[in-house]
Amino acid sequence: MKPVTRLLASAAIAAGLALPAAAQDPFTVGFVYVGSTGDMGWNFTHDQARQAMDAHFGEAVDTVFVENVAEGPDAERVLRQMILGGADMIFTTSFGFGEATNAVAGQFPDVYFEHATGYMREHPNVSTYSGRFYEGRAVIGHIAGHMTESNIIGYIASYPIPEVIMGINSAYLHARAVNPDVEMRVVWTYTWMDPAVETDAAQALIDAGADVIMQHTDSTAPQVVAQEAGIISFGQANDMFQFAPRPRVASIIDNWTPYYIRRVGEAMEGTWEQSDTWEGIPEGMVLIGEMTEAIPAEVRASAQAMIDAIAAGEYHPFTGPINRQDGTAWLAEGEIADDGTLAGMNFYVEGITGEIPN
Amino acid sequence: MIIDPVTLIVALITVSTPVLLAAIGELVVEKAGVLNLGVEGMMIMGAVCGFVTAHHTGSPLMAFVAGMGGAAALAMLFAVLTQLLMANQVASGLALTLFGLGLAALIGVGYGGLPVPPVSRPFPEALRDIPVAGPILFSHSTLTYVALILVAAVWYVLTRTRIGLILRAVGENHDAAHALGYKVVRIRILAILFGGACAGLGGAFLSVVRVQNWFEGMTAGAGWIALALVVFASWKPWRVLLGAWLFGGIAALQLRLQAVEVGVPVALLDASPYLVTILVLVIISSDRSRAALNAPAALGRVFHASS
Repeated sequence: MKPVTRLLASAAIAAGLALPAAAQDPFTVGFVYVGSTGDMGWNFTHDQARQAMDAHFGEAVDTVFVENVAEGPDAERVLRQMILGGADMIFTTSFGFGEATNAVAGQFPDVYFEHATGYMREHPNVSTYSGRFYEGRAVIGHIAGHMTESNIIGYIASYPIPEVIMGINSAYLHARAVNPDVEMRVVWTYTWMDPAVETDAAQALIDAGADVIMQHTDSTAPQVVAQEAGIISFGQANDMFQFAPRPRVASIIDNWTPYYIRRVGEAMEGTWEQSDTWEGIPEGMVLIGEMTEAIPAEVRASAQAMIDAIAAGEYHPFTGPINRQDGTAWLAEGEIADDGTLAGMNFYVEGITGEIPN
Repeated sequence: MIIDPVTLIVALITVSTPVLLAAIGELVVEKAGVLNLGVEGMMIMGAVCGFVTAHHTGSPLMAFVAGMGGAAALAMLFAVLTQLLMANQVASGLALTLFGLGLAALIGVGYGGLPVPPVSRPFPEALRDIPVAGPILFSHSTLTYVALILVAAVWYVLTRTRIGLILRAVGENHDAAHALGYKVVRIRILAILFGGACAGLGGAFLSVVRVQNWFEGMTAGAGWIALALVVFASWKPWRVLLGAWLFGGIAALQLRLQAVEVGVPVALLDASPYLVTILVLVIISSDRSRAALNAPAALGRVFHASS
């Protein structure tokens, strides 16, 4: 480019930035999803919250989203493209987007970043947020412990990261509390969403004797298998109510809408600050979907009592005494797990017989 | 705790069906001398067309026909590009996969999670209750049996009939076949359409029978495994069946080993079907003469009547 043209070009850019109209542009919020919004699970609930937030702010906010973004370096490209397209704030809604989010956040200090289920906040413009899903897992573990007849609970796990391990531990502890003979069988699929693999995993667990299926993957595929096998299951991330009253007897629902409205509002007002949000049943970020008639009335009552106790802050699902899988003490009688240990949880609790892959 | 071999065999037959259907179709295409790398794209088109039709018509039969039709339409595009316009087959096939994935995503918007009719099974409940043989032989959905019949039919037609001889002649030496008066381009187009229909049927099986839902990108690489299977089977129909069961068996076995808590590294198990694919491809291609023994001689070569 010749010097003169370059000068003209930069002048044009400067003029463009200085235009007062720019301030009246709608605030653009981008969402990056790891899977498809039609998964009826994790990504679906994020997208529902996006739409609700968009509707809440009306014309003041524009939203854009990209589906099926692979975790890893390619996410950086998607983020950059989104920012060049005018995004003022971006929600990256999967654990594996952590590095890409922070890398791009360093290059664009004026853009707000919100990374779901993450822990890395390397720049002042990056916040992380997540739900205390283990609170929901405690409730469904309680129901499962009561309802299993084979005493084998099948658990379709995705990746061996703390969030998933925490959920397995919480579900197991509360199933065992009401049924000392209960066993937890875990199948790792190494994917967040692959309906075929989730189907096969559910079938493998059923063939191994499981009569309750829990999932930490995103699609409804395991629900179909559970339905055919006549066993019970729980909705994951989304209510999955189309499978009620059986196999889906209850569900853990992720409710992101209040958080998205709050954070986008703060960003627009300029009161946004870096934070590490971890909310659960008390704050309404985690909800328990309707417990169906398939659950015995007294179990529904005791599960509701647990939900109420968690909501009131009277009960923490990880309250001692709890030992680690190898028998060493983790929490003493009455001791409550601190958030730091939970967020980095890399061990099973005593009683689970499998091994965490590494 | 040990793994029940009966449920394992039932699972591996179900798991391998979509790949088997796609692979047997691709085998015919390659036997005619055409390399269509667009299997993944055609499969996902079959999955989405099948699912959408199943939802609207409530008829699984219509769904399978639509799945075959949708994928065959995509295959027609490939046929026009490579046979009439003489485009490069590898590039056209890759483009077909990308196009199919995108088009399927577009067609499927809003269909995820909608209900589809249940698919009936051909054999009565009583037969399925026979110990061991019942679940293995009589518990599957109709398409699984169709896939097996298709393998037998392809083997018979390719090796025992005049049509098969002509198809192979076109695939081995298209100039000679042309000189004998066979319509090389027409035969190849028909083979490509057949391959598309088979891949579409495999995709429709995945969405309508196995998962009973539509998700973007739900074939998750099954088309590529089908392509590898054809080479693995050195272009022999029965070996395709064997290979499909082997792959399905590994996939089903690794999940079961985990479910019964056998201490095998999960990541290794998870990657094993792909490792076996790579291994087989390396072994086959390490010996050029052996690989060339069965590969159709005109595979991937462009045919022009004037040359």
